[in-house]
Amino acid sequence: MNLNKKSRYIAAFSLLGAGVFTFFILNICIGSVRIALPDVAGAFGGRESNETVIRILWDIRLPRAAAVLILGGALSLAGYLLQTFFNNPIAGPFVLGISSGAKMVVALVMVFLMGRGVRITSASLIFAAFMGAMLSMGFVLLMSHRIRNMSMLVVSGVMIGYICSAVTELVVTFADDADIVNLHNWSRGSFSGMTWENVKVMAVVVSIMFLAVFLMSKPLSAYQLGDAYARNAGVDLRLLRVCIVIFSSILSACIVAFAGPISFVGIAVPHLVRKLLNTTEPILMIPACFVGGSAFCLFCDLLAKTILAPTELSISTVTAIFGAPVVLWIIKGRKA
Amino acid sequence: MKNYYFFTKKMCVGYDHKPLIKDMEIALQEGEILCLIGPNGAGKSTVLKSIAGQLKLLDGAAYIGKDDLSQIRADELAKRMSVVFTERVKAELKSCRDMVATGRYPYTGWFGILSEDDKRIVDEVMELTHITDIGEKDFDKISDGQKQRVMLARAICQEPEIVILDEPISYLDIKYKLEFLLLLQEMREKKGLTVIMSLHELDLAKIISDKILCLKGEYVQRYGTPEEIFESDFIERLFDINEKDFLGNEKLLAYMKQIAKSGNREI
Repeated sequence: MNLNKKSRYIAAFSLLGAGVFTFFILNICIGSVRIALPDVAGAFGGRESNETVIRILWDIRLPRAAAVLILGGALSLAGYLLQTFFNNPIAGPFVLGISSGAKMVVALVMVFLMGRGVRITSASLIFAAFMGAMLSMGFVLLMSHRIRNMSMLVVSGVMIGYICSAVTELVVTFADDADIVNLHNWSRGSFSGMTWENVKVMAVVVSIMFLAVFLMSKPLSAYQLGDAYARNAGVDLRLLRVCIVIFSSILSACIVAFAGPISFVGIAVPHLVRKLLNTTEPILMIPACFVGGSAFCLFCDLLAKTILAPTELSISTVTAIFGAPVVLWIIKGRKA
Repeated sequence: MKNYYFFTKKMCVGYDHKPLIKDMEIALQEGEILCLIGPNGAGKSTVLKSIAGQLKLLDGAAYIGKDDLSQIRADELAKRMSVVFTERVKAELKSCRDMVATGRYPYTGWFGILSEDDKRIVDEVMELTHITDIGEKDFDKISDGQKQRVMLARAICQEPEIVILDEPISYLDIKYKLEFLLLLQEMREKKGLTVIMSLHELDLAKIISDKILCLKGEYVQRYGTPEEIFESDFIERLFDINEKDFLGNEKLLAYMKQIAKSGNREI
């Protein structure tokens, strides 16, 4: 039995890892210009001297694929944390309005600063997004104190999301700047236009967060049993709750700051990964969710780039197509 | 004072700074079983939650061994006290063995990985509580009786000195009720476990307890041995039972009297 479980975990992680690897490579090769694998290898091996190919790979494809890998994992991890926190299988940064809150504050800050010709750094974007995320999170927490019903919690999250999105739309519509096209794209969710500077910042933030969350896997496993048993196990519930809220907000903020709000990944991936591993143990789920989120987002971004090429779909369009059915499946599978 | 293992001094419990029961004085020796009885809403669960450190005492103190309960660190208390509450435990995708193993939480390292010793203890406890054969079954798919047994195994796996149980046998059929109590007594004998629990089954409380605490209203109504509690018409008064209400139904009246009266320990 034990051996059985172990081989299942190994198989699952290998599958997810293989997914990340395959889609990463495909993302680098496929785009508006198709680059054959030998040319890619050549470009990085230094043999290929075609300057355009190198530029495309190094300046566009690689940072973008790296960003998708990092942010996809972060998104799925944020979803997992929120589901654990609210004990609600369809909680996620998008559903609870946290992404939209972050989006709103970022849009406000961007428009305000752009109007004054101030250059915006990645760090300040993340900070703005974090404030927005905490704002929405605060509302959701306030609501969760008053309502015990988890579907109503999700509904209030969705409402907060709508309000924030409306404000964002307003800001975007009335701001008349050349960068507005960018802003519009971003506010719908997109991985395009990632720079190495972006990637560096998100890599640092997300890896610190991942480590922090991974170190919490033991108290999280007790938390899953319910408050009374967690407390009896000696878990400091208040500290744990504060940590979950802050970490999931930072993760959500990081995603929104760079790629805008992305729907369904946070809900669908942890659920699929749980089915794949057949366990809820955080120590396995945390890394698996991250890798799964990376693979899923790389796959979706590949489709977003290619389906209607040269037009690019917003990433949420694609994640919704694959993610929403999973949510329906979760709801159908629940008894209550 | 005698060598009490668990005792309280002027303990006052309640929610949100509103006292529910005041001036509680409980004293138990090691290995004794205490039952809390009283009508619905009398505050049995509140008392148990307070003793278990889940609710702050509003006044007074409770002691385990020589230590003030409020001074013991949470992770330290986890090694000395375990609980079985009425809340449904969440156990998605957990086997019974996994559930029992969660009791080892206070003893495992930073990542909560079970050592060989931990695994041995889990096996032993499952053997002791007769659940080895359902170990690999999904916890969500076993009967309520089996669940309670697994939860008790989990509590014992925590290697406590004292275990707190809230209505542990309420939803079990008679066979499982008896089996569960038998198991508790066995644990008391084998491990010197001190037990504090609430029971609705008065007849069983009478048989199994060393001490009984009767709750109703602001103060403890009575605290003593089963013989002291089940005498004259105390139980009728505790539960507001009126003989007049039973006019014309001799059978129910007889049943009520049989449970409430003293001196029938031999039955």
